[in-house]
Amino acid sequence: MSELPPVKYTKKDFMSDQIIRWCPGCGDYAILSQAQTVFAELGIPRENFVMISGIGCSSRFPYYVNAYGFHTIHGRAPTFATGVKASRPELSVWIATGDGDALSIGGNHTAHMLRRNVDVQVLLFNNRIYGLTKGQYSPTSEEGKKTKSTPMGSLDHPFLPLAFALGAEATFIARSVDIFTKEQRDVLRAAHDHRGSSFVEIYQNCNIFNDGAWDQLIDKQIRGERCLFLEHGKPMVFAGGAKGIKLNGLRPVVVELGNGLTADDCLVHDETDPYLAAILARMDYPEFPVPMGVIHRRVRPTYDAQFNEQIAEAKAANPNASLRKLLYGGDTWKVE
Amino acid sequence: MKPVQSLDSVVIRFAGDSGDGMQVIGSQFTNTTAMVGNDLATFPDFPAEIRAPAGTLAGVSGFQLHFSSSDIFTPGDAPEVLVAMNPAALKANIRDLKKGGLVVVNVEKFIPREFEKAGITTNPLEDGSLDEWRVVPIEMGRLSREAVTGLDLGTKEIDRTKNFFALGLCYWLYNRPLETTVKWVESKFKEPYREANLRALRAGHAYAETIELFESKYEVPPARLTPGVYRNIMGNQATALGLAAAAHKSGVPVFLGSYPITPASDILHQLSGYKAHNVVTFQAEDEIAAIGAAIGASFSGSIGVCTTSGPGMALKAEAIGLAVMTELPLVIIDVQRGGPSTGLPTKTEQSDLMQAMYGRNGEAPVCVLAASTPVDCFEMAFEACRIAVTSMCPVILLTDGYLANGSEPWRLPDPDAIPDIPVHFRTDPEGFLAYKRDPDTFARDWVRPGTPGLEHRIGGIEKQENTGNVNYEPLNHERMCKIRAEKIAKIVVPDLEVYGDEEDLLIVGWGSTFGAIRSAVDLARSRGIRVGHAHLRHMNPMPKNTGDVLRRARRVLVPEMNLGQLVRILRAEYLIDCISLPKIQGQAFKVGEIFDAIYRTQDNEAAK
Repeated sequence: MSELPPVKYTKKDFMSDQIIRWCPGCGDYAILSQAQTVFAELGIPRENFVMISGIGCSSRFPYYVNAYGFHTIHGRAPTFATGVKASRPELSVWIATGDGDALSIGGNHTAHMLRRNVDVQVLLFNNRIYGLTKGQYSPTSEEGKKTKSTPMGSLDHPFLPLAFALGAEATFIARSVDIFTKEQRDVLRAAHDHRGSSFVEIYQNCNIFNDGAWDQLIDKQIRGERCLFLEHGKPMVFAGGAKGIKLNGLRPVVVELGNGLTADDCLVHDETDPYLAAILARMDYPEFPVPMGVIHRRVRPTYDAQFNEQIAEAKAANPNASLRKLLYGGDTWKVE
Repeated sequence: MKPVQSLDSVVIRFAGDSGDGMQVIGSQFTNTTAMVGNDLATFPDFPAEIRAPAGTLAGVSGFQLHFSSSDIFTPGDAPEVLVAMNPAALKANIRDLKKGGLVVVNVEKFIPREFEKAGITTNPLEDGSLDEWRVVPIEMGRLSREAVTGLDLGTKEIDRTKNFFALGLCYWLYNRPLETTVKWVESKFKEPYREANLRALRAGHAYAETIELFESKYEVPPARLTPGVYRNIMGNQATALGLAAAAHKSGVPVFLGSYPITPASDILHQLSGYKAHNVVTFQAEDEIAAIGAAIGASFSGSIGVCTTSGPGMALKAEAIGLAVMTELPLVIIDVQRGGPSTGLPTKTEQSDLMQAMYGRNGEAPVCVLAASTPVDCFEMAFEACRIAVTSMCPVILLTDGYLANGSEPWRLPDPDAIPDIPVHFRTDPEGFLAYKRDPDTFARDWVRPGTPGLEHRIGGIEKQENTGNVNYEPLNHERMCKIRAEKIAKIVVPDLEVYGDEEDLLIVGWGSTFGAIRSAVDLARSRGIRVGHAHLRHMNPMPKNTGDVLRRARRVLVPEMNLGQLVRILRAEYLIDCISLPKIQGQAFKVGEIFDAIYRTQDNEAAK
């Protein structure tokens, strides 16, 4: 490809001509808007973006982004994305998915894509409910949840999506919230910058079937108290500096600062530490504030890069690979 | 020197425990026979278990080879020679052996402990049950042991050389040179196994020359094959080469997404070594991921291919529907095996025709092809890729276990004479609509992501005609269903050819029954019965003249390795009451079975 001057885009360039059909007030609008804003900033030609999705409300995402897009089948977006990225590593591949799509019907593919470390960005819209099928419990719904299919309460124990991803050897995990405008942009940029599978859980509100699912964490008045905004190299403090996280043996504990305890006594966030990541991925409200931002990133070769290195190596070793040699190779004999 | 008797053709079967190396000596005998210039056809028959308990019927592995000085089409109905390494192998195979045929047995295994494992009560070598055959008992174990004396080998390793002893013996019996196998052993084994196998091979050869058990040796002169360069090829190998040829001739990478499954895995193995030929392989976590990745690659500008078998086809159904809806090129190769469910994984069957034709939700027409011989797998795999990119549609290629593992000599095509597969990726944004079609093929444009100005979205929701936008309008849906059907119907396929005389009786076959049908038709015609043979390779769309051909015949007989699937399609499409000849035993048709059916049809006619 020839070297073109970097293209200047605005958010508008990434808006497609299709009418958006999410419910009014859906959290998806905010996620789409932040993503379009970030896409415009990345300096990547628009034609090199590919949005891939499975099935669900979130999976309509590709139709609304003016780039290449593929709305596939339920749970299988990671498989299509793997085929795209392995065959065309120069493309910037993004997956929009939901808690049902990525963790229920597609849990298998999500896990395998993460362990392979295919260089894609996964935006998991977690609203703890099935929206498109009108309100059944999902694999992230809380135990005992009463839904259309669980009138006496759900018996399922939910996944912690980031712990799931870490268990699948993910090299990048992060969390954000649909309405946290700035934080979400930061996370999307970091996800893009990471080489490998970037797994981003986004708390998203389904105002029709599970309205207010995250309110107890994210309401303006309480979010400082109940969210832990992480920064690499910085101590883990929250509640306006009144509280922090310490380690007691291998277990994290919430401590009140003051009385001799300062931020310097708290755990310091290290994105590259997989053991710390394991602790953070398990921290959940109400025992703990919920970690937000980049929880873990580490460098590991990507599947697509290695896939193409093997091809290049094979081609270099056999530069004149011809069909004739292939067909006439092996034991042949001549009939006169 | 013993006298040499000339024969036109021989069918030999090697049978033993699955760990006895029967497939190895079978393919060695085959390669040597190919180099000698005989026409040949082979079929291996092995159990699903990798190593079933030694000595049991479940563990018997066999390899049958038919070689001839004239044209042949099948591995043969009944062997004239059976090499049986133990009582179970004898018991499982003896009923197939021609009366008066030769049985070479490894006599050391004919002891009470082995009889018990094989489920027999008396020694068949002594109880008169083998009186109809010529039995040659040989102490293969002891003789191989003696041959390898002095080499640094354990008891088990010594025991493993006896298959080469048996091979050497058979080489003598059919006057075959040892060179091909000697070269293979030298390249394949390290010392001391190399030396051990070679000594056992030569010992078997020398032993046959010395003993008085064989009254003569035999010779099958070279066949009068069309001049050219030949190699022996199995169906799965030919399929892999056909896909590689498509990558060369299209200039577009072939991307194989596959999940290991019997009997298709060998295609994945072979293609994984073809990276330099622009064929790349991805072993997925499951059958669905395999096709998802293949479709993703097609979307990105590769020819996406999947190799699988019946159970994998079932899992891929939804994704095939997506490829129908998004109108992307895709090739799915179904190496059929016995079903339903896990069924008979290592046995052959043709019972996925209906699944290939109709096994999806919604109106989801795809192109369906069927290869008729191991060599034909090359041409049909290439053809599948050509149609997929020309018509922008999924193509299912049906082969089966019999073709996949069977082999025959292949007169190699001139690679320069294989036509190119023209591929055009659209780059012009002017007037671009994602679902605008070529008026002849109805194919939409293929656009690689990364092309400026052509950004567009596709997906599984119904498309508006031309624009490709999401659309739920009733009449648009009906129109799009008809367009997708017509696109497949528009695929140009060659006319159905008829061999022989079809006026009285026409045999219509598809897939791997080709050899048995053609042989039976030849046999019938040599006896004055008027019969014709038409063989379908394009199942959807069928050749334009299919109805005419069927109507020209007074009766149509359809042999299939299922309970009558093609026959239903022919009845439905052409309103012709074809006669079904089903066989569903995990085994290919014997020539005799089809000949008998032809003969019976004659009788019925005479009786009317």
